[in-house]
Amino acid sequence: MIHFLAIDSAAVDWARAQFALTAAYHWLFVPLTMGLAVIMAIAETCYYRTGKVFWKTTSQFWQRLFGINFAMGVATGIILEFEFGTNWSNYSWFVGDIFGAPLAIEGIVAFFMESTFVAVMYFGWEKVSRGFHLTSTWLTGLGATISAWWILVANSWMQYPVGCAFNPDTMRNEMTSFWEVAFSPFAVDKFLHTVISTWIIGAVFVVAVSAWYLLKKREAEREMAIKSIKIAAVVGLLASVGAAVTGDESAYKVAQVQPMKLAAMEALYNGGHDVSLTAVAAVNPFSQPDYKQEEEAPWRIAIPYGLSILGTRTLHGFVPGVNDILKGYTCEDGTVEPSAAEKMERGKMAIIALNNYRRLCADEETFADQDSDGLIAAEKEKQLAVLTENFKYFGYGYIRDESELVPYIPVNFWAFRIMVGLGTLFIFYFAYLMFLWWRKKDISSMKWLLIAAIVMLPCAYVCSESGWLVAEFGRQPWTIQDMLPVTASISDIGSSAVATTFWLFLFLFTAMLVVEISIMLKQIKRGISE
Amino acid sequence: MEKKSFWNRAFHLYYDGFRQMTLGRTLWLVIGIKLFIMFAILKVFFFPDFIKHHSEPGGEAEFVATELQKRQLQP
Repeated sequence: MIHFLAIDSAAVDWARAQFALTAAYHWLFVPLTMGLAVIMAIAETCYYRTGKVFWKTTSQFWQRLFGINFAMGVATGIILEFEFGTNWSNYSWFVGDIFGAPLAIEGIVAFFMESTFVAVMYFGWEKVSRGFHLTSTWLTGLGATISAWWILVANSWMQYPVGCAFNPDTMRNEMTSFWEVAFSPFAVDKFLHTVISTWIIGAVFVVAVSAWYLLKKREAEREMAIKSIKIAAVVGLLASVGAAVTGDESAYKVAQVQPMKLAAMEALYNGGHDVSLTAVAAVNPFSQPDYKQEEEAPWRIAIPYGLSILGTRTLHGFVPGVNDILKGYTCEDGTVEPSAAEKMERGKMAIIALNNYRRLCADEETFADQDSDGLIAAEKEKQLAVLTENFKYFGYGYIRDESELVPYIPVNFWAFRIMVGLGTLFIFYFAYLMFLWWRKKDISSMKWLLIAAIVMLPCAYVCSESGWLVAEFGRQPWTIQDMLPVTASISDIGSSAVATTFWLFLFLFTAMLVVEISIMLKQIKRGISE
Repeated sequence: MEKKSFWNRAFHLYYDGFRQMTLGRTLWLVIGIKLFIMFAILKVFFFPDFIKHHSEPGGEAEFVATELQKRQLQP
C-alpha cells in the first residue's frame, strides 16, 4: 500500500502562479531590449555609413527608449531566483550545478558586456570614434542576446534534461557534458525561435511609436518616423518569417521529446497515422475536456496530414494523442513507449531504491566493523543498479493519478493558436508595409493603418507571452521533464505565505510597470527635441 | 598635447557620462529603489533560503532526501 504525504495543493498553485506572474512580467522587458537593440544598431549603422546627423539623432532617440526599457527590466529576473530558493527548494537542490553554471555565465556576461558597452553607447558619442561607438552599440545587443542564450539553455534543460547524471549521495544532478547541455538541440531551437521573436516586438514597437508621430502630424519627427518604419518593416518581415520557420522546428523537437505537450497544444486525444493539423476547434477554454471519452475536439477544422508532417516530417507519420501516451504506444522506429502506469511503477521502484541506497549508506557507516562480508556494500550496489535502470522515470513515482500527466489542454490549445495566428498576421502586416514602401505610398495619410500599427503593439506582447504559456503550461506537471513534478519540487511551505508574496508582487510589478510606461510615454511625447 | 592614458580616458568616460546624465538620473533612481526593495526587503523578509533555514550545515542533501521521501511513498 502506498501513502502520499498531503502537500498543500494550494501552495503548489500559488507558487506556480507567482512564478508565472514574475516570468511574464520579466518577459515584458526582455524582448523589447533585444528587439530594439537591432533597430537602433541599424539606425546607427546608417549614420556610420552616411555621416548624416539625421541618422545620429534617430539612433540616439531609439537608444533613449532602449535605455528606459533596459533600466526597468534590470534585475526583474533575479526575483525568479529568490522563488527557486524559497518556494522550489527541492527543485533548486535537485538541479545542482546544471542550472547554476549557465546562470552564473549569464550573470558575468551580462555584467561585463552590458556595463562596458552600454556605457560607451550612452557616454561615448563625443569620446570614441564612430566605428568604436557603432561596435559598442551592436555589442550591447549581442550581450543581451548572449545572456538570453544561457537563460534559455537552463530552461531547455528542464524541458529536455541531457548531459547530466544523478548522484544519489549528494541528491543532485551533476553535469557530465557542458557542451551537451549548452548546445542541446532543444536549446538551439528555443534560442533561435525566442530571439527572433523578440525582433518582431522591437519592430512592432518602432512602427507603433512612429505611427503615433505620423498620426499626431509631428513634423519634427516625420522623417525619422517614416525611415524608422522602413527599417522596422524589413526587420519585422525577416523576423516574422524566421519565427515561423524556427517555430516549426521547435514544434518538431517538442513532438520528439515532449509528445504530451504537442498533444495538448493540438487537443489531440487519439493519435494515429496521417494526422491532420487542427486549425481551429470548439475547445472549451474553461474546463479540461473529457479526452478519454471524446474522439476529437468538437467542430474541428483541420489541415490534412498537417500534424504528421509537423511532428514526423512525413505525410503518414504516427503522432500519439493524449490517450496513446497514457496507454503506451510504439514509435515509428519500433521502440515501445511504456504506458503511464508502467512509468509510474518504475518511478516508484527508482524512489524506493534511492531510499534504500541512502539507508544502506548510513548503515554502512554505523556497522562498518560488523560487515566483514561486504553484504551492505553488495546490497547498496544492487539498489544503485535498480535506481539507475529506472531513473529515467523517477518523477513518475510521485504521480498519484495518470490524469496528473495531462497538462491543462484549453490553455495550451488556445495559447498556441493565438501565438501562431498573431505570428501569421505579423508576416502579412510587415509584408504590406514593405509593399507600400515599394509602391512609394504615403503611409502618413493612411490613418487606419497608423491606428492599426498602434493596436499591433499589445498584440505583439500577447503573441510573445502566449509562446511562453505554451512552453511552460505544456510541460506540466514537470519542473524537470520526467524527473521531478511540481508536487515534489515545491518546498514544504504554507499556501498563505506564497499567496501573500503573490499579491505583494502583483502590486509592486503593477507600480513599476506604471512608472515605466509613464517615463516611456513622456520621452516619446518629447520626441527628438532636446 | 599629451595623450591621456587608456585608464584615464575610461575613467572620464564614466565620470563625465554620469555627471551629464539627465533622464539617466531618474532611471538610476528607479533602479536603486527597485534593488533596495528586492534585496533589502523581499529577499530578507519574504524569500529566505528554505533549505539553509531548515537543515544543518552540510546536511542539505539529507534534508532534501527526507523531503522527497516525505512527498511520496511510505510503505
